Parts: sequence; C-alpha cells; structure tokens
Amino acid sequence: MAQATTAPVQDTHGHDTHGHHDEGWFKKYFWSTDHKMIAKQYLWTSIFMAVVGGLMAYVFRMQLAFPGIEVPGFGLVSPGEYNALITNHGSIMIFWVAMPMLIAAWGNFLIPLMIGADDMVFPRINRLSFQIFLISAILILASLFVQGGGFGGAWTSYPPLSANPEYNLTGLGASIWLIAVALEFVAFLLGGINFIVTLMNSRAPGMKAYDIPVTVWMIVIASILFMLSVGPLIAGAIMLLFDQTLNTGFYDPARGGDPILWQHLFWFFGHPEVYVVLLPAIGFVIDIIATFARKKLFGYKIMVYTAVATAVLSFFVWAHHQFIAGIDPRMANVFTVTTLLISVPIAELLFVIIATLYGGSIKFTTPMLWALSFVATFLIGGVTGIFLGASGSDIYLHDTYFVLAHFHYTFFPIAIIGGFAAFTYWFPKMFGTMLDETLGKIHFWGTVIPFQFIFIPLFALGLGGQHRRIYNFQNFPELASMQPLRVTATLALIVMILFQLVFFWNLFRSLRSKEKAPMNPWKANTLEWTTPSPPPHGNWPPDQMPKVYRGPYEYSVPDRDTDYWPQNEPS
Amino acid sequence: MQKPIATTRSASGIPTGRLAIWWLLASEIVIFGGLLACYLLFRLGHPEWADAAAVTNTAIGATNTFVLLTSSFTAVLAHQAAERGDGKKAARFLVFTIIGACLFLGIKSYEWWYEISHGYTITSNGFWSFYYTAAGLHAAHVIAGAIAMGFVAKDAAQGKELQRVELVGIYWHFVDVVWIFLFPLLYIAK
Repeated sequence: MAQATTAPVQDTHGHDTHGHHDEGWFKKYFWSTDHKMIAKQYLWTSIFMAVVGGLMAYVFRMQLAFPGIEVPGFGLVSPGEYNALITNHGSIMIFWVAMPMLIAAWGNFLIPLMIGADDMVFPRINRLSFQIFLISAILILASLFVQGGGFGGAWTSYPPLSANPEYNLTGLGASIWLIAVALEFVAFLLGGINFIVTLMNSRAPGMKAYDIPVTVWMIVIASILFMLSVGPLIAGAIMLLFDQTLNTGFYDPARGGDPILWQHLFWFFGHPEVYVVLLPAIGFVIDIIATFARKKLFGYKIMVYTAVATAVLSFFVWAHHQFIAGIDPRMANVFTVTTLLISVPIAELLFVIIATLYGGSIKFTTPMLWALSFVATFLIGGVTGIFLGASGSDIYLHDTYFVLAHFHYTFFPIAIIGGFAAFTYWFPKMFGTMLDETLGKIHFWGTVIPFQFIFIPLFALGLGGQHRRIYNFQNFPELASMQPLRVTATLALIVMILFQLVFFWNLFRSLRSKEKAPMNPWKANTLEWTTPSPPPHGNWPPDQMPKVYRGPYEYSVPDRDTDYWPQNEPS
Repeated sequence: MQKPIATTRSASGIPTGRLAIWWLLASEIVIFGGLLACYLLFRLGHPEWADAAAVTNTAIGATNTFVLLTSSFTAVLAHQAAERGDGKKAARFLVFTIIGACLFLGIKSYEWWYEISHGYTITSNGFWSFYYTAAGLHAAHVIAGAIAMGFVAKDAAQGKELQRVELVGIYWHFVDVVWIFLFPLLYIAK
C-alpha cells in the first residue's frame, strides 16, 4: 500500500495559483518561477559580468603593455590593484560568466523547451538558485571595494598566500571572495539537481534517451560532473575559510597542515570544471552545425558515449596542474598518461563535427560561423594542451604565458564563441525578433580575428620564459625586449572590445524591432521550434503538449518534400 | 503556485521528489567524502593525533549515536504511517524525530562546551580542527533536517504532501549515516 509515496501526481492545491493574469513588475522580473524568465536573468547577469571581466582585462593589459601609465578610464594601476584585477578577472570569467551563461541560462531556457515540458520540475528551487547566484555576484563585485581591496591571491587561491592576510594583504577581500564562490557553487548544485531530474522525468511522451537533443545531454552530463567534483572543494573552502578567519592550520605546514592539499582539492574540481563548461558549448555547436549543414548528425550515440567518457576521465587528470608542486615523479607519469588519454575523446568530438559537415549543404549564417570558429579555435587550445599535459615539457612551460594562452584558447571558444553561437542561434526564440546578419558577421570577424592577435603573441612570450602574474616586466631585463609582443596583444584586445559595441548595437536594434521572428526561422527539428517565438507561458497550450516521434537530427531525409523533419511530426 | 506539467511526469518511473533527494544526497556525499578523505590522509600521516583523539568522550559520542539511530527509527515509523495515509500519526513520529535531533544537538553543545572550557579549541591542533569542522558541518545538517521535518510534519498533520515524509526520512537516514562514519573516526580510533 504505497500509494501515497509512489504517486508522483499531486492535486494542485492552495490559493497561490499564478499564471496568465497580470503580475507586478517586481514579481515578473525578480520573483518569477518561469524557466524562460530565469534564463534571461542568468543571461543578462552573465553578460553584465562579462563586460566587467573584459574591462578588467583591458586595465591590466594596459599596465602590461605601457607600464606605469594612467590607464584611460581607470588611472594608475598599483601592484595591489593589478593582483586584484587579474584574480577577479579569472574568477568572474569562469564562475560568473562561463557557468551561468552556458549552463544556467541556456540550460534553463532550452531543457524544458527541447524536451517538450512546460517548465522545470522544481520552479521555485530554480528561482532560489538564481537568487543565490545573484547574491554571489553582488558579493564578488562588492569585495573589490572593501578595505584592502579585492582578493589578490590569484583565482586558484593557493594557500598559504590565500590563507594568511599578512601575505595577501587582502584579508577581507579574500574571505568575501571565498564566500561568493561557495554561494555560487550552492546555486549551481540546486540548479543542477533541477536540470538532471527534469531531463530524467519530464520528457515529452515518446522521447527516448536517444531522441534527446545533444545540447540537453551535454548540459545534464555537465551538471552531474559539476556535482560530483565540487564536493571536496566545498569541504576545502570551509577549511580555507577557517584558516583565514578562525586561525586554524589546515593548510599551514608549521602546524601540521599541508598547502598541497588545497591544490589537490582545487584541481580535483578545477579540471573537471573545464569539461563542465566545454560540454554545453560542444552541445550548442553540434546542434547548430547539424542544422546548418542540413545533414543528420554523424554518430549520435558515439557522441553521447564520448561525452560520458570525457566526464569520467576528467576525474583522473587533475595533478597535471601540479607537476612542479613537488609531487612524486611516478605520480606525474600516471597523470601524464591520463591527461594525454583525455585528448582522445575530445578529438573524437571534433571529428564527429567535421564528419557531420562532410557532404552537407552548408549555410554560413552568423550562428554557423561562430560554431565553425569554435572548432578551429578550440583545436589550437587542445593541441597546445599536449605540451602542458606531458610532464617533461610542462616543467619548462609551467606558470608561463604559454599556459595562459593555452587556456584562453580553450575558454574563449567555450565561453565567448560558444556563448555567441548559442545567443545568435536561439535569440529569435528567446526574444521573438531576428538579429541582423550583416552586423552579426561584422561582430563575428571583429571578435575572432583580434582574438588570435591577442593570444598568439602570448604563446611566444610564454615560450620566451615570461611568467604569469607579474606586475611590470620592465623589471626583468631579459624579458624587456619582448615588449612589442605585449603591445600587440593589448592593442588587439582594445580592437576586440570596440567590436563588441557592434554586438550591443545589434542587440539593441533587434530588441526594439517590431518585426516578429517566425516560429522556426532556421528550419530546425527540435521541439523548441514548434512553439511561437517567444514561447508563451507554459510553452505550449496544456492540451497540445508535443509528442515525439523521432530523433532530433533527421535532416535531408530522402523522399520528403522538406529537408527537415520536426521531432513532433507524426510520420 | 500551480504545479507545472513537468512536475507531474515520471519518464524514469521514479517519483520526481525521490529522484531529486537522491541527487541531493549524491552531492552531499562528495562534500563529506572530501572532508573525511582529507582527515583520513592527515590522520595516517600524524600518529600523534591519537593523543588528542583519546581526549574525546566516547561515552557521549555513543549516547549521541544511540539518540540519532532512535530518531531514524521514528522517521521510518513516520514513513510507514504516511504510506498508510495516516498523516496525523506520521506528523507525530516526525515530531519525535525532531525531538531526537534537538536532544542530539543539546548533548553535542554540552560536549563542546566541556571541551572548549578545558582548552581544546578548533585551533589547538589538526585533530581538533577536523573534529570541530566535521562535527560542525554534520550538526548544520542536523539543524537543516530538523527544520525541514518541521515543515513536512505541519503539512502531514493536515494530510497534505504525504510523499514528503519519505523524502525527509531519506535525508535523515543520510544524516545518520554520516554520523556513523564520524563516530568511529573521531571518537573510537585512538
């Protein structure tokens, strides 16, 4: 007699029904439980944070190219400010831009729409997740203005530098930074549970495991990966917070602690984190490429298995960040092997994309350009990673600008290119108008070309022996002669930032445009294109919820009038 | 708030709430797992921590283990009552569980007060740092569980949301299991 516990369907009850009646401004924009509104909240917050993080990069790049100048719009950069800027640039770009944009914003928007549900399974937990995230974002920004300034111990926050205010000189900033990061983790754990359960339980009737669009698979695999890797770091963060505030000695060798422990905990999370943000970006790219190649995705199942393999392998590579931290050389051998192994599934993912393109009838729309440039740019990021994963060459390259250029060649395609690919592709669905293609393409080339000019010089600088996190390279005579490379990178960054104005102009124009976007502007198959743009409350009328009859990538099927075949069309 | 259609579906065959609580526990297991793994590694490298561990009061720890296990038992009885559809009885058993949680916290407070007043604080050495951090994190979960059970009991007494009695019970068993790991590691191992 387990009726009460096994019946998932509960009567609707209570008086607090909400829905189609007019809501107040506050309730609509700040207290909404609609997944589409929460997605927009995440999206706008992450775009705002991206602007903040980008301007931070502008300030410290100016200091590096022209040491000691009054940076226009900021002023003189002191060494302490420089440390705070580089630390918070990294933290913000990873935790408050890449994760909320790729996972939270698009996960919230796309998961219910792509699986044919009207909302997340737990709409109020979803709202709570955003609210916690917003508080964390406000905290990290506030930490820049406390006494002593923002945290300046690098985004990896290694003790003893991060644990002892006498070393980092930003005691208050360090603690607020740590609390903000921890709150951000909580927000994503809540969001992640919501995503996973929604996919597992709320799929449209007929949608089997291999009918799920790859984007949804990737976001959910990333959520599981995040959940399973972040736990030890949460424990580690509590320990670090106690070291900072209660004067415990978890990471203090003089008192029986071990600073290397933090590195293990941090990178046990930190390396899977790369794949947490990579997988959703790959998902967007695959969906976009299949749509605009008008061809069935090559190897759908292989793709899903590969993503799972990547996720599993990513738990066994973390110590390649610590080859020179005094770990046992035998352990370095093991981690070299696992690290090089993980390039196999990643290469497989890229080959699947290329095989999908082969023989397709490719349409070079703006989202497609972003998706293709993802493959090209990420490839460079991946290949340069081989040099760092092999412990022998890493000993020379460790902590140089080569590392910095390498991970920007991975994170820029993931967060910025992947983010713009998704934004330009799903913009019509989210806001109900089309973006301008010409402006979109100008913005695309104006972003991708300067990017190469920023980071290729930094590879060269790294190979030349230039270390990271140094305030003024003029103090190092053997590095001073490479100044033209630094100036090139900074000027390219300024060009790239200026081209973002094109994007904002395009965005502004489209948001004000009266022209409605059609329901399915790209002639794509997945379920989000079977509802009006933007989707109404509840996504579909309750009596017309979609049913699924086939997989998401049935493009150019022979003997059909159209070259696409929506998932919900009865055969 | 009207429940979305999404919440009423069950494509996996597992009720949505139960699925969510298991994923929540998965995320909790890695948090406690990470902390305890750190403790174990340190403990193996510091045999001298045994002296500090000898100071802990095993009798009090055992009493608390007994209290927590008993409260898990009443949580099971609450689940049983909820399955029969007896919300009032389920609520009553949940209240017993909450009383167990309060008793546990009371004993813990006395124990900590005693130790702190004898100079064994979180900064004394590595063992005491882990002792207070791990038990403190666990106590935070006890408090959270007790609050959650209060809300569930309030609804259950009116016969509403009876499936939540099982969910909060699953969570409570997890809190119990964490203590089952903490007790030997912090008290018994000398």
